[in-house]
Amino acid sequence: MLILTRKKNESIILNGNIEIKIIELDDGKVRIGIDAPKSIEIMRKELYETIEEENKKAVSSKFNSNDIKKLLKK
Amino acid sequence: MKINTTNFGEIEISKDKIIYFQEGIPGFEKEKEFVVILNEDTENPFHHLQSVNNPKLSFIIINPFEIFSDYDISLPDTTIDKLKITNQEQIVIYTIVLIPEKMEKMTTNLTGPIVINIEKKLGKQVILDDNRYSTKHFIFTQDSKVGGV
Repeated sequence: MLILTRKKNESIILNGNIEIKIIELDDGKVRIGIDAPKSIEIMRKELYETIEEENKKAVSSKFNSNDIKKLLKK
Repeated sequence: MKINTTNFGEIEISKDKIIYFQEGIPGFEKEKEFVVILNEDTENPFHHLQSVNNPKLSFIIINPFEIFSDYDISLPDTTIDKLKITNQEQIVIYTIVLIPEKMEKMTTNLTGPIVINIEKKLGKQVILDDNRYSTKHFIFTQDSKVGGV
């Protein structure tokens, strides 16, 4: 992992076409601005991790066609 | 071609049914090939998304629009791009189902739908940042009738 120190208003460029800028620093939080091509997906890490976790739990679901049919009929 | 599956044993699938997931699926990023195994019972909305190469990797899926008539999503540009979607007819959407001990408490992940371009055979789990939906949406309203959103 590359670790850098930036001050407010300073930026980092990834791959020549993605800019990450420190907009605001305040109270243990940092506001980050990201300028990237439309093809780049950006999301909060926790969101990705939640989906990962849900997927792993879903794999062990047991499926009983008959029981499910009964539920659907109610 | 024949593939091995934990749920269905050895099954025959047609190569043209294989959907390619370029990024895999979150949690299983290395698995890139899946097939949709539709329920033999045409009235049963529960199907499977089976990994071609990993017999144990299989998800129970449903077409969310069959259960939640209000489900509406906007596919992000990154998805349209990556799945090479050029028209609506190419799009097929499923959501993954989690079945706990008490079956009537089963939920589906409306935040991370599986989006497939059925024509180009490309798929992806799209992660939506939409706070109307959750990763654990009850399929049955909790007095046991098939429910809405």
